[in-house]
Amino acid sequence: MTDRSPDLQRQRRSNGLSERLGRGSAWALVGVGAVLMLAPFYLMFVFATHPRTEILQLPPPLFFGDAFFANLEGLTRRIPFWSSLGWSLYVAVISSVLTLLFCSMGGYAFAMFEFAGKRWLFGMVIGVMLVPPFLSMISGFLLIDALGWIDEPRALYLPGAASAFGIFLMRQFIAASVPVQLIEAARLDGCSEWRIFFSVVLPLLGPALGTLGLVSFVASWNNFMGALVVLRSPDRYTLPLALRAIQSPVDTDWGVLMVGASIAVLPLLVLFALFSRQLVAGLTAGAVRG
Amino acid sequence: MTAQVQLVEPHAERVRPTLLDRLRGRDPAFAPWLFLAPFLVLFAVFGVYPIIFSLFMSLHDWDPVRGLGSARFVGLDNYWFVLSDEWFHQSLISTAWLAIASGIPQHLVAIPLACFIDSRLRRTRDLLAALYFLPYVTSTVAIAIMFTALLSRDFGMVNLLLEAVARIPLLGSLLPAGPIDWLNDPDRIRPAVSMVVFWRFVGFNTLLYLAALQGIPRELYEAARLDGASAWQRFWYVTLPMLRPVAFFAVTLSIIGGMQLFEEPFVLSGGRGGPDQAVMTTAIYLYRSAFEFSDFGAASAMSWILVLLMAVLSALVTKWLGNRGER
Repeated sequence: MTDRSPDLQRQRRSNGLSERLGRGSAWALVGVGAVLMLAPFYLMFVFATHPRTEILQLPPPLFFGDAFFANLEGLTRRIPFWSSLGWSLYVAVISSVLTLLFCSMGGYAFAMFEFAGKRWLFGMVIGVMLVPPFLSMISGFLLIDALGWIDEPRALYLPGAASAFGIFLMRQFIAASVPVQLIEAARLDGCSEWRIFFSVVLPLLGPALGTLGLVSFVASWNNFMGALVVLRSPDRYTLPLALRAIQSPVDTDWGVLMVGASIAVLPLLVLFALFSRQLVAGLTAGAVRG
Repeated sequence: MTAQVQLVEPHAERVRPTLLDRLRGRDPAFAPWLFLAPFLVLFAVFGVYPIIFSLFMSLHDWDPVRGLGSARFVGLDNYWFVLSDEWFHQSLISTAWLAIASGIPQHLVAIPLACFIDSRLRRTRDLLAALYFLPYVTSTVAIAIMFTALLSRDFGMVNLLLEAVARIPLLGSLLPAGPIDWLNDPDRIRPAVSMVVFWRFVGFNTLLYLAALQGIPRELYEAARLDGASAWQRFWYVTLPMLRPVAFFAVTLSIIGGMQLFEEPFVLSGGRGGPDQAVMTTAIYLYRSAFEFSDFGAASAMSWILVLLMAVLSALVTKWLGNRGER
């Protein structure tokens, strides 16, 4: 840094003004972009606190009002909102727990054991991961129907628990971070394979479990296409379906709808604020493999 | 491994482990199957089987009311039917329109944005990246509801903003007079949906590029600087070529994602694909073919044609962007 050539320094100085201008305008653009990213969320929360008549006024409200609870009441009158919230939460929690358990077990098997057909099987897991979900939408529906699982929450959490992405993620993490010697030592000490997995391996998987758990929770919470196909009765609807049900082409009660949308988004915002690093890592890794 | 087992259980060689021992995890050779079992069962039933069954359905004609017993092998008839179906052609055009109009701007914005955040805003990098990423994490339905309000003809914020811009002389003549009915006008709904899709995924791409930028060795920039390269030249001759592998990957993802657009156009158009089927993507059409028109055979054939198209497009991108990157 100290032995910078005079030539370079001159160039630096001459770049000063234009660079500062460029920096200023680029800053402004990034700022405007960030506002555009956030504004819809802000307006959603604002609209949730105004009655319908105020939202339709010109100009529409830009700051919080006081009709939140009135809108919430309207929402609960129109749809079984609390039960939808409950179903969403229930499905998301069970789905995450099962995904974590099954995928960490499967990933462990792929990472630490040799068995017949392992490469072939793993190749198949990757292959199915690359298949777009719409391909099995219809046949998946017919399967769920044949099993008699229409309207059953398990139709939402069981198929997803066999996540090829989860297996892949856990396999990579275990192969990279769990020492083989540890497992062999435990085996020498007479631990059963179950005990090795649950008391030796699983406690080492914290970061990967956190990432996969978050991704599964968010995916299940937002799952729309899956729910659309397998849920029929409104009292079994998860939040995305319930919200869509009150959206009508004419005379939509926006205040009411926005309360529902806000409550559907809020848990995600909280999770994101707390764990944005893990979520970003997990979701981009998901894309890398998807 | 066997030597170690013998240390603990000297009889392991002679006594074959019983099934109970195996289930209890007393047989390391059997253990992987124990751990894989739940995954394998679910994977076979919900991962592999639906794919095979979908292929079966696409080759058969059957009445969903009477069940699979009525299935009749018809060869490629479903495929020929779909390929000559005018709505299918239109759905492909709608899909391509939305994919291109939302996809290309994503990368044109994400690359410079990522470069700028990476070079100038190091301290706020994580915060900014998180802000731009937020739409990707939230529920499509909530987002679509939000934008239905924002794009409303009479009270929508988008039209109000346009109206304000139109008051500026010169700019006003570029904009259509009167409020735009974004979601009910067949000519407007495509840009509207593309905009929402762009808004949703631009941050995701920015993050991919940001991650790649951090992997570019600083010495390359130093060397270019010493050679007298301007900021613009450094961007053009150092950054862009170094980003090529990620760009290849991100563009492939956009194509794959764009070809299967479903949720945003579905919810923004009330589940039917909009006026004149302007935003009825192929994924929406195949959903409707199955669940509205009960034509499972055609719907399955359609999904296989779409998968083939996606594979061909990805291969083309690999040929075009991928190979040059590896040279």
